[in-house]
Amino acid sequence: MASKSLKNLTAPLSGNNPVIVQILGICSALAVTVQLKPAIVMGLSVMVVTAFSNLVMSLLRNGVPSRIRIIVQLVVIAALVILVDQVLKAFVYDVSKQLSVYVGLIITNCIVMGRVEAFALQNKPWDSFLDGIGNGLGYAAILVIIAFFRELLGSGSLFGVRLIPESWYIAEGGVYSNCGLMLFPPMALIIVGCIIWAHRSFNKDLQEK
Amino acid sequence: METLNLFISSIFIDNMVFAFFFGMCSYIAVSKNVKTALGLGLAVTFVQTMTVPLNYLLNEYVLAPDALVEGVDLSFLTFIVFIAVIAAFVQLVEMVVEKFSPTLYNQLGIFLPLIAVNCAIMGGSLFMQQMVGAGEINNFGQSVVYGLGSGIGWWIAIVMMAAIRERCTYSNIPAALKGPGIAFIITGLLGIAFMIFSGIQL
Repeated sequence: MASKSLKNLTAPLSGNNPVIVQILGICSALAVTVQLKPAIVMGLSVMVVTAFSNLVMSLLRNGVPSRIRIIVQLVVIAALVILVDQVLKAFVYDVSKQLSVYVGLIITNCIVMGRVEAFALQNKPWDSFLDGIGNGLGYAAILVIIAFFRELLGSGSLFGVRLIPESWYIAEGGVYSNCGLMLFPPMALIIVGCIIWAHRSFNKDLQEK
Repeated sequence: METLNLFISSIFIDNMVFAFFFGMCSYIAVSKNVKTALGLGLAVTFVQTMTVPLNYLLNEYVLAPDALVEGVDLSFLTFIVFIAVIAAFVQLVEMVVEKFSPTLYNQLGIFLPLIAVNCAIMGGSLFMQQMVGAGEINNFGQSVVYGLGSGIGWWIAIVMMAAIRERCTYSNIPAALKGPGIAFIITGLLGIAFMIFSGIQL
């Protein structure tokens, strides 16, 4: 693989991460992160939609007049999201129930639209496809980090498997209790804030004056 | 009474931003000063009040099982129908406002097209569909109330945020937290404050 293509794939993982640097697609990023499993499913769904909408729009980019491009993009994205939604309902029904409206909200996820507008309309299909995969992975990575902390501290488990022994809990005579606040929406925002803080402490060029 | 309850809870308890994170992208990007925040909030509230009832009608008479043709369930088309209604409506509003009130158009100009991809609008319609399924919204009037309430909730949230961020420019924030970092943490704290409202029933 040429190094330029590789860069399309790896840049969105950290230096140009869609969630914490471009601040896109936060709407759905936070609501699905109470547990790891839905977070991973959501990350993969977004990756598939971003990659294929980038690919399709890049193939169509010379045939679509710029005046009507938004509506064409919305149709392509909505069709892909319907596909993903039906697949999720068929194979992982319980996760699909947990994700509820947030699967539908991939349509209005700014990452998908943003990458199509900013990248796929100016680049070749293969590069666009890789860019979509990379941005999807960058998004999934942040989701997994948030979900890791929320599930571990909020429920004492990972992937639904209990990690903190029962005997540690106060009810069983121990000294430990779960941080219930972690299960509420506001903590997801605060964790994102902290991730941005840590990330920008290492990448000083991203800091705002 | 039930309708009033729906109105209050859609503003404060099920607040679009603090409880569901809807519309976060424009919420973080446009909350740098109060004036533009007011403008965007007004536009979102208006579009929300119009599209939720429109989608309610479509949901009742086209998408629901047996609604259009006996024995046909079109609900898998929900996403594409809702987003088409929203995109078309936003386009329409833009043209009407431009024609009849150029002043308002200039104030809102840049925000109007952005609203089509604001998740608060799409999310409002999808939640409306869920609430119809759960029996919380039973008639057209209640869908109007829900649209208005959730729009106002978003409006209040972005104006509060903009006011706090204007003040923040004078405070001494660690360099790495400046901008989006502190914005997220403020939103989280506001969200915790809004949790006070949960459980209120009229």
